[in-house]
Amino acid sequence: MSLNWFKYASPATFYPVAGKMIPWFAWSAALLAAVGLYVGLVVAPTDFQQGDAYRIIFIHVPAAWMSMFLYVVMALWSALALGFNTRLSAMMAQAIAPTGALMTFVALWTGAFWGRPTWGTYWAWDARMTSELILLFLYLGVIALRNAIDDPRRADRACAVLTLTGVVNVPIIYFSVHWWNTLHQGSSVSLTKAPAMAAIMLTGMLVMTFAAWFYAIAVSLARARTIMIERERGAAWVSELTEVRNA
Amino acid sequence: MMSTFFAMNGYGFYIWIAYGVAALVLALELFALRSRRRSVLAEARLTGPDEVGYPAGGAE
Repeated sequence: MSLNWFKYASPATFYPVAGKMIPWFAWSAALLAAVGLYVGLVVAPTDFQQGDAYRIIFIHVPAAWMSMFLYVVMALWSALALGFNTRLSAMMAQAIAPTGALMTFVALWTGAFWGRPTWGTYWAWDARMTSELILLFLYLGVIALRNAIDDPRRADRACAVLTLTGVVNVPIIYFSVHWWNTLHQGSSVSLTKAPAMAAIMLTGMLVMTFAAWFYAIAVSLARARTIMIERERGAAWVSELTEVRNA
Repeated sequence: MMSTFFAMNGYGFYIWIAYGVAALVLALELFALRSRRRSVLAEARLTGPDEVGYPAGGAE
């Protein structure tokens, strides 16, 4: 095994690779979102209990899943950045934070406008919602901490430590509906038992989940490329890029 | 036909506020990213390569 993984940990190598991957993820996301929205808003029938209000599920659940998943990915990159001191890992963690914050906001916002017609309230300080709100503050805290530190390498380490400390919140969000008596319902989909929803609704939700996944990958990679140029400007490989010379 | 679709049996307000704001923040993210990329590229062009410093391809 002579494959040198650290070769791909160099921004100069990763930058063009990411550039080739972005269109594939972006178009997949757009296509899946179109299919998912059609299934969710047109094909799927009205729910017999919740009426059409349940249709918010097609963005709420994918956004909520992504909000937690992206945090875990950000934490993994942060751990690599601390362990190996690689620039690329820290840049990837930095690139994920805004999209993670956005997904968390969408989960909270759509949850509020689903809660109002079904529970009678936009917000309650129950364990699920409160821990998801803390997740939003963690994302915003990581972004603010980076902006507050001038030296990027010091900012990398500080953000990595904060990110890894906050990762404890993710299982709290996930299991909150089991550990506490929450207004928020338990999960409708689990790996261990049959889903508590109709097949067509589940299909729409999973298609939207993959759309959110590909969207997050495409946007994070595009942001990572921008961060690479921002932080490596002055390096020969940056000034040799066509898009830099033509900027 | 279209108006019954948008009415969503009385839940239209909640559904379209949820979907609309989600679409809006995604669009804002893409717009912000594009303008940041443009300014970063322009800045990198102005900075130019260092006289000494990084070897091409970076150190790690």
